[in-house]
Amino acid sequence: MTSIQIKGETLMKGNNLEDKPVLRVDQLTKRFGPGCSYCEHEELKENYCPVCGSVRACSNVSFDLDRGEILGIVGESGSGKSTLVKSLYFDQQVTSGSALIHDYKNGEENIFMESAQQQRYIRNYIMGMVYQNPHLGLKMDYSSSGNVAEKLISAGHFHVGNIRDRSAELLEKVEIPVSRMDEQPRRFSGGMQQRVQISKALANNPPLLLLDEVTTGLDLSVQAKVLDLIRSIQRELDVAMIVVSHDLGVIRMLADRTMVMKQGRVVEQGLTDQILEDPQHPYTQLLVHSLL
Amino acid sequence: MSELLEIKDLEKSFYMHHFNKTIQGCSEVSFTLNQGEFIGITGKSGAGKSTILRSVYRTYIPTSGGIMYHSDQYGWLDLASASEREILAIRRNEIGYVSQFLKVMPRVTAIEVVQKALVEMNYSQEEAHKEARKMLSHFRLSEELWDAYPQTFSGGEKLRLNLAQAMVKKPKLLLLDEPTASLDAATKESVKDMIIRLKEAGTSMLGIFHDLEFMESVVDQQYNMKQGMMHEEVQT
Repeated sequence: MTSIQIKGETLMKGNNLEDKPVLRVDQLTKRFGPGCSYCEHEELKENYCPVCGSVRACSNVSFDLDRGEILGIVGESGSGKSTLVKSLYFDQQVTSGSALIHDYKNGEENIFMESAQQQRYIRNYIMGMVYQNPHLGLKMDYSSSGNVAEKLISAGHFHVGNIRDRSAELLEKVEIPVSRMDEQPRRFSGGMQQRVQISKALANNPPLLLLDEVTTGLDLSVQAKVLDLIRSIQRELDVAMIVVSHDLGVIRMLADRTMVMKQGRVVEQGLTDQILEDPQHPYTQLLVHSLL
Repeated sequence: MSELLEIKDLEKSFYMHHFNKTIQGCSEVSFTLNQGEFIGITGKSGAGKSTILRSVYRTYIPTSGGIMYHSDQYGWLDLASASEREILAIRRNEIGYVSQFLKVMPRVTAIEVVQKALVEMNYSQEEAHKEARKMLSHFRLSEELWDAYPQTFSGGEKLRLNLAQAMVKKPKLLLLDEPTASLDAATKESVKDMIIRLKEAGTSMLGIFHDLEFMESVVDQQYNMKQGMMHEEVQT
């Protein structure tokens, strides 16, 4: 196994920090639209403001995530699940709220208020993201190893040999044959593209991984393979993950704790088996009773 | 003997929003479980036996009442209101649960299921593998199934795997939901053997049984449940 010394700022990782959550999100709100005095101050019934027409995709979402823990987020389409993870990955700018990451400046700075440069640093070193649509996460014209290398280069590695070795190692981990590492991801199947995305997200050993509907649209056997991979990564690397899915089966398999979202709000959160066996909120009951 | 679990006026009801009605699980359940003791619960289907076990495991959130548990890590705490982080840690290290139906992950072999329970308790992979092999052979699960996926196992095989993954941890508290249903006589003996061994090592147990003969041979105290209420039976 080749390991690469990470240049630049040293990561503030430690083993005796387990008592502190890796990620603490507080009152995260994301509004699409201009906003007005009505929807900023009044409690909206729906997530849609009748005065200015803004949509509140996430309203006051708060949660903690422990080291090595998997948090599941379920909810119907449009409930704000993806908005939440995309906001955390800085793909969208949040309207208000804060997120503290323990591995970044000891969890003392709100990452949403940091400069673009610092946010890029967080994206490279501290978070990995896997999108539902591989086209968002991968450059289809680059080779697969090139995609992984891109992440390594942006983290300050310049030795071509090392980069190639590390990409090969990562792609091997996700069961992409080394002989195909120079092929473009566009020539891969959906499941393989998802796996290339996962290896890219893991390139710099981030303590936090965001997975947005990673198995949606894959057939069952490929889905099992991707889930298998996610579980083994969690076991080996002790990465904390946020798994967004509308598939309760996936959540049941992966998550320790689950958060249920509806119309941008968290309506219920708890242990996964408790959510599935003893749902409290009307919407969660409806969801669980719809399970095949 | 020191107390391990004290249940006080436990009540669990399920409110179904869709039908606007409440279903009663159990009510006015109170008892104390000492260290190294085995309490057996009998009763008809739907009497609320599993509800108690699931409330202790926090799969259900109790409607009212308290479940005081003495944990190594946190001291006395109420399982009904403990934080999720505490519950997860206690489940990992101190409580074993044999449910009626084993829910297995796809593409995880039988031996890995048992091994995982130990790895979560910070055992090394090799050690966990060794212990898992011991436990599976104790429950007479045929060796060629160890590397197979449990999805296609028979009911009895699944149950034995379920017993193995809960008992291999040598937990402080073991919850057994019909641990002998669908087992043949020889396997029942091996279950009994393991129960006695764990009891000697200090494990407290709470079990649900339909097999009265088996139950009376292992428990210290038994309760009968009727319509969600608990009645103490004659001491065996």
